[in-house]
Amino acid sequence: MIPELGHFALWLAVGVTLALGTVPLIGAQRGRADWMALARPATHVLLALILFAFFCLLASFVRNDFSVLNVASNSNSELPTMYRIAASWGSHEGSLMLWLLMQAGWAWAVAAFSRNLPLPMLARILSVMGLLTLSFLLFVLFTSNPFDRVFPVPLDGRDLNPQLQDPGMIFHPPMLYMGYVGLSVAFAFAVAALIGGNLDTQWARWSRPWTTVAWAFLTFGIALGSWWAYYELGWGGWWFWDAVENASFMPWLVATALIHSLAVAEKRGSFKNWTVLLAILGYSLALLGTFLVRSGVITSVHSFASDPARGAFILMMMGVTVAAALTLYAWRAPRIGLGARFGMLSRETMLLANNVLLIVAMAAVMLGTLYPLILDAFGLGKISVGPPYFNAVYVPIMAVLMFFMGVGPLSRWKNDSLPALAVRLRWAAGVAVVSAALTAWGSGGIGFGGFVGLLMAYWILYTVVAEIWDRVQPSAATALGGSTVWQRLGQLPRASVGMWVAHAGTAMFVFGVTMVSVYDIEKDVAMGMGESTTVRGYTFTYQGSRPVNGPNYEAIRGHLIVTRDGQQVSELYPEKRVYRVQRMPMTEAAIDTRWHGDLYVQMGEPLAQDKWLVRIWVKPFVTWIWIGCMFMGLGGIWAITDRRYRQRVTRSSTAPTGAAGAAV
Amino acid sequence: MKPRHKRLAIVGGLLSATGIVVALVLNAFQSNMVFFYSPTQVAANEAPANRAFRVGGLVAEGSVVRDGLNVNFVVTDTAKTVAVRYKGILPDLFQEGKGVVAQGQLQGDVFVAREVLAKHDENYMPPEAADAIQRAQKGQSRLEQTVVQGADAAKATYGYTSKSGDKQP
Repeated sequence: MIPELGHFALWLAVGVTLALGTVPLIGAQRGRADWMALARPATHVLLALILFAFFCLLASFVRNDFSVLNVASNSNSELPTMYRIAASWGSHEGSLMLWLLMQAGWAWAVAAFSRNLPLPMLARILSVMGLLTLSFLLFVLFTSNPFDRVFPVPLDGRDLNPQLQDPGMIFHPPMLYMGYVGLSVAFAFAVAALIGGNLDTQWARWSRPWTTVAWAFLTFGIALGSWWAYYELGWGGWWFWDAVENASFMPWLVATALIHSLAVAEKRGSFKNWTVLLAILGYSLALLGTFLVRSGVITSVHSFASDPARGAFILMMMGVTVAAALTLYAWRAPRIGLGARFGMLSRETMLLANNVLLIVAMAAVMLGTLYPLILDAFGLGKISVGPPYFNAVYVPIMAVLMFFMGVGPLSRWKNDSLPALAVRLRWAAGVAVVSAALTAWGSGGIGFGGFVGLLMAYWILYTVVAEIWDRVQPSAATALGGSTVWQRLGQLPRASVGMWVAHAGTAMFVFGVTMVSVYDIEKDVAMGMGESTTVRGYTFTYQGSRPVNGPNYEAIRGHLIVTRDGQQVSELYPEKRVYRVQRMPMTEAAIDTRWHGDLYVQMGEPLAQDKWLVRIWVKPFVTWIWIGCMFMGLGGIWAITDRRYRQRVTRSSTAPTGAAGAAV
Repeated sequence: MKPRHKRLAIVGGLLSATGIVVALVLNAFQSNMVFFYSPTQVAANEAPANRAFRVGGLVAEGSVVRDGLNVNFVVTDTAKTVAVRYKGILPDLFQEGKGVVAQGQLQGDVFVAREVLAKHDENYMPPEAADAIQRAQKGQSRLEQTVVQGADAAKATYGYTSKSGDKQP
């Protein structure tokens, strides 16, 4: 009964989104306040219905209702409850339910937290979000119903893929989907502004916090996925340029470009055309990612068992959404206007460089991801493009981007002079070069690439410091109005502080990536009882293995003692597991995380009686990669708590209401 | 005239910079593409001698010989075979009679793999491997029912999650 109720709730939601997608939109065009007023309550009902359906699915999983096909294929009675909950979004159907939940949640949030938006604008935004939700609802109901029954009812389920039985499965998909779906808010804001013809600095100010939150979640989601892959998949790396990783990375790059171009649109009124295009592109790439993962065109950890009908449906959905948005753009773009002019050397130019570089980076990923797929689709041969390509492309692009990342925030809007800029930057540049050289020397020598990486990390960090220093000088006191440095520090606007935190996070990230790329050491070694091997000063001694049993798996657990200079620093217990239901072997790495690097050990293959092939990695500063990403996201969240986003806009400065809006 | 010159300079600078970057990207792409060849194609000398490529098929039954870190095995598409040498730990799901894809270079008649990818679970195998087997079997007429079924199941594939080999730089 529960699954049928969930299914029914989804159909009711179709009705609600049909109403939400049309009535307020028409109301906004005709200036009917009563029609527009429907938007807000409709999002509440929509969220309630989808939450209900989602809980029905959760209930089927938790109660082990194997008469539901989705539960039977992805869960098992031995599976711990926590993972039964996570299994509900472990399958294609279930993950779409999560997507729907996020979509409804974002629509509700926009309705709830946009009290200062004029009603026609809000009505249009929510209508667009309603239509987007509708397309996903139809996708779920026609191709991927999570509530389908199976007969005869199996005695037990086929279990969740062992690789997904990890806390990462509980956090990574929801975070990532929050980000993906959040991009639909930026999209809806852009489309609504295009329809209403009120694409102005006010629009940028409204759109900015939502876009930043979505970007922050996307950052968290991708970082969590990377960390999860690092410790669970046992490939030892943190990024593999796998097609699905790329599918999430492309929207992230565009979203990053978008939050920066929105800054120009808000402050100076320029880049509006471009910003709207980025907003459309961001969500389109999120849809493209969905298509890649669910149509079976790529092979990866993430790909779901495929069905051509699904691929076709998503492609159609993507085509309609993108074509509609671009047509609207082509129709409305000539009215947008160009905004303020700016000089050759100005913050606008720096942010333009940021945007161009990020888009080029995105295009490079797209080429490497789609070209092999297209070749294969037309039967022109099978190729793969691996990390060497992406590394060759990314290192130079990112180095230039990081350079501008240091200069940009310190340059002035509208026009700046090179000598003045050089004066502001000289300390940061000098100290960065010295620090990078010292770090390289202290770590025992780093080649050119390593030096450039470290230089960029320090450069970003010191330019942030230089800017804060600039801002708290007494000469700037008129703006901040505090008598001591500390008082002025406390008064720095949150938007700026957020940006500094995010940029410092990037510096951390770049530092971690550089150190781990240059110094990471991998060693495969055959080890018998009491034998030891030394990797970068750490001596690993094998102490034998013994069988252990988990709730739904059997395992061999190895024991290694790690010493350095005769002192014991760590004990590691890597496991080789076999999951009972799917009879699938799994390597569970043992990782000792320390602030300056990880010791990472895996059981490879048994060679003889208690003699194993063991893989040992020493990875300096690898954790900084993910901590850096956390700072990026947290910086974004902090920035949107800035006072100016919470201010209620006065009536006169907002877009014309109702009838006037329709006349535009 | 001056602002116009400035704008021209900005646009020109951006265009040329973008052009250079695009050229670099395409060059990197060109030199890092890795092609896939089936054992039949390798046997027919279609695979390049001095360039890395991928080869895939089934791990031949009884062919895996491990000697400490070194391991030798044979990849077959049921028509032809390729001998593969690899140093290091193989992925969890590497098994005789199951699908595999290896990336590396030919040294004489032996394919020296730098990376070995195995299939994802019981029912699926790497699509390249499945494809190689199907093509090989189209070439021959004696089809072994079991292998065909395996290859058919693999058509609706998803791929490999186990991976081993070179560290990611």
